[in-house]
Amino acid sequence: MIGELGHFCLIVALMLSLAQGVLALAGAQQGRAAWMAVAQPAAQGQFLFVAIAFALLTAAFVNNDFSLLVVAQHSNTQLPTPYRVAAVWGSHEGSMLLWVLMLAVWGIAVAMFSRRLPAPFVARVLGVMGLLASGFLGFLLFTSNPFTRLLPAAAEGRDLNPLLQDPGMVIHPPMLYMGYVGFSVAFAFAIAALLSGRLDATWARWSRPWTTVAWMFLTLGIAIGSWWAYYELGWGGWWFWDPVENASFLPWLVGTALIHSLAVTEKRGAFRSWTVLLAIFAFSFSLLGTFLVRSGVLTSVHAFATDPKRGVYILAFLVAVVGGSLALFAVRAPKVGLGGRFSTVSRESLLLANNVLLAVAAASVLLGTLYPLLLDALELGKISVGPPYFEAVFVPLMAPAVFLMGVGPLARWKDAPVPDLAKRLRWALVAAAVAAGVSLASGGSLLSSFGVLLAVWVASTTLVAVLERTRNLQGSYVSRLARLPRLLPRGEWGMLMAHFGVGVFIFGVTMVKTWEAEKDVKMQPGDTATLGGYSFRMESIGEYTGPNYLGLRAVVQISRDGKEVTTMHPEKRLYTAQGMPMTEAGINTGFTRDLYVSIGENIGGDAFAVRLQVKPFVDWIWGGALLMALGGLLAATDRRYRTARQEKRAAAQAALAAGAQA
Amino acid sequence: MKQLQSLIAALVIAAAGTAGAQAPTQAAPQAAPQEAPTIADDPVLEQRVNKIGEELRCLVCQNQTITDSHAGLAVDLKNQIREQLQAGRSEKQIIEFMVERYGDFVLYRPPMKATTLLLWAGPFVLLGIAIAGAAVVLRRRRALAAGATPLTEAQRRKAAQLLQDEPETRS
Repeated sequence: MIGELGHFCLIVALMLSLAQGVLALAGAQQGRAAWMAVAQPAAQGQFLFVAIAFALLTAAFVNNDFSLLVVAQHSNTQLPTPYRVAAVWGSHEGSMLLWVLMLAVWGIAVAMFSRRLPAPFVARVLGVMGLLASGFLGFLLFTSNPFTRLLPAAAEGRDLNPLLQDPGMVIHPPMLYMGYVGFSVAFAFAIAALLSGRLDATWARWSRPWTTVAWMFLTLGIAIGSWWAYYELGWGGWWFWDPVENASFLPWLVGTALIHSLAVTEKRGAFRSWTVLLAIFAFSFSLLGTFLVRSGVLTSVHAFATDPKRGVYILAFLVAVVGGSLALFAVRAPKVGLGGRFSTVSRESLLLANNVLLAVAAASVLLGTLYPLLLDALELGKISVGPPYFEAVFVPLMAPAVFLMGVGPLARWKDAPVPDLAKRLRWALVAAAVAAGVSLASGGSLLSSFGVLLAVWVASTTLVAVLERTRNLQGSYVSRLARLPRLLPRGEWGMLMAHFGVGVFIFGVTMVKTWEAEKDVKMQPGDTATLGGYSFRMESIGEYTGPNYLGLRAVVQISRDGKEVTTMHPEKRLYTAQGMPMTEAGINTGFTRDLYVSIGENIGGDAFAVRLQVKPFVDWIWGGALLMALGGLLAATDRRYRTARQEKRAAAQAALAAGAQA
Repeated sequence: MKQLQSLIAALVIAAAGTAGAQAPTQAAPQAAPQEAPTIADDPVLEQRVNKIGEELRCLVCQNQTITDSHAGLAVDLKNQIREQLQAGRSEKQIIEFMVERYGDFVLYRPPMKATTLLLWAGPFVLLGIAIAGAAVVLRRRRALAAGATPLTEAQRRKAAQLLQDEPETRS
């Protein structure tokens, strides 16, 4: 019964989304208020039915309803309940349902928060989102129905891929999808602006908070994915330039360019057509990512589902969305005005340079990701494009962008004389140079010291930006500090925090790449090994039985200079349903370093191959990403976006509270 | 500037701290109970093996380097690299040997050849095009902006009045 009900809900949602798309767009075009009025209730209804379908599928997983194919394939009676819930999006079908649910969430959020905007504009935005939703609901119903029955029902499920049985994997996909799908809002705003010919600063201001929130989720999603790879895959890496990682990184790069370009469009009215183009591309890259991951054209760590029919559907959808929007762009963009003037060195031109570099970086990552597929398809040979390529290409492109990132926030709009900038930034430059010198002196390579230079440069320029504001304040040091938070608007704080986060991130990457130490040793209980000043003593190793796996757990005592630091419990597991072995590394997290212990093969008796690693500053990588995301949150909740709403009645207030929670 | 300087100092100290923590392990030979033997007989050689292995794909894994993988093939190939290094062959010779055996697919750093020209040159060509494009756009903007005739006094007054009538558009 659950299956049929869920299936039915999806069909209703598809009908509603079609009505939402067609009626709202046609109504806006012809000025029919009654048709436009359909958009909001349709978006609400669509959300309701998709949410019911999602809840039903979740219930089926929790109750082990193995008469549903996806449940039988991705769950098991032994699977702990939280992972049964996570298993909903562990399957291809379920993850697409999650995608559609996210789209519906964004749709209803737009419907709720955009009451103040002109009705035809909102109708167009919701109309575009309705069409997108119908595309994806069609994809679900025609190629990936999560409610397909398995009759007779299986007695036992095949279990969730053990790699996914992890708290990180429980939150990674929803975050990532919130980001991916969130760009659909920026896209819908851009298309609505093109359709209405209203491509101005107001449009940029409306779409800015949405874009920033989507970017924030995407940043978090990618960071959590990387963190998961670090502790779950067992080899201590955090980014491999895997095609699936790139698929999430591409929209991030374009989205980053977009939020910067939107700033110029909002404040100065310039770069309008470029901003629209970026909005189209940010979402197109989200779709492309979905295509790459879901069609099975890649073979990689993350690609779990394959079926050519799906690939063709998404490709056709992708072509329709990208082609349609670019055609519309070609027709409408030439009418767009220039916006405010600016000189060669100004905040505008610096942001333009940032956009050029980010766009080229995104294009390069795309090239590297698709090139092997292309060669293979043309039968020109099989090649691998891996980290050495991406590092060789990406780093030189990003280094100047990072340098400009330090200058941009201090540069004025319209005109920013270089001597003035140089004078204000001289301390940051000195700090960066000194840090690089220290790095060189302590044996860091040139490249590594350059990384330190950039990290300290970015971090100290953001501090300069804050300090410049405190200089005019009166009063004691403490009182000045207390007033600091109110000195700048939240948008500014958000920007500075995100930039500081980039500095923290670069520092972490540089440190761990340069100074990490690792050692493969043969250990049995009682053995001690030393690495990086730490002494690792294996106390014992023994078997135990987990809920759905057999485990082997070691107890490793860590000490430094004779003082005990911590005890770690690295494990090996054999998941019984699929017979799949897993390594659960023991990790001791610290502010300045992680200790990472993973157990390998048994080499006779009680002895095991053990890999010990000391990873300096590795957590700064995710800390930096977290700061970036927090910066995004601050910027999106700037008063400029809120006061406008506060003019509205209390209803809007309540909606705002709900928005802050989401 | 004080705060800034102390923060920088903190960063510098932190950087130096890691460098210090990194001092090679043989510096601590205190009466340790027997040190667990490394799997590799020769850690220096092993570092070279791992460095080469990082450039090579483990062909039976999904997407992992030979260094990172524990798969049978990866272990075999690491042994192969080790033996060849011991036999005095250079890094380049070993990589050539791997390519001969497994094709270009084994290389994570694609070789430069006719079919990969676009791959290697692409990003830099794109950068050139993008910079040229941005320059052209900027020049055209300036030309358009300069070409626009300045407003007459009457127009200016009209514009000011219009702006006052519509207070919304500015942030």
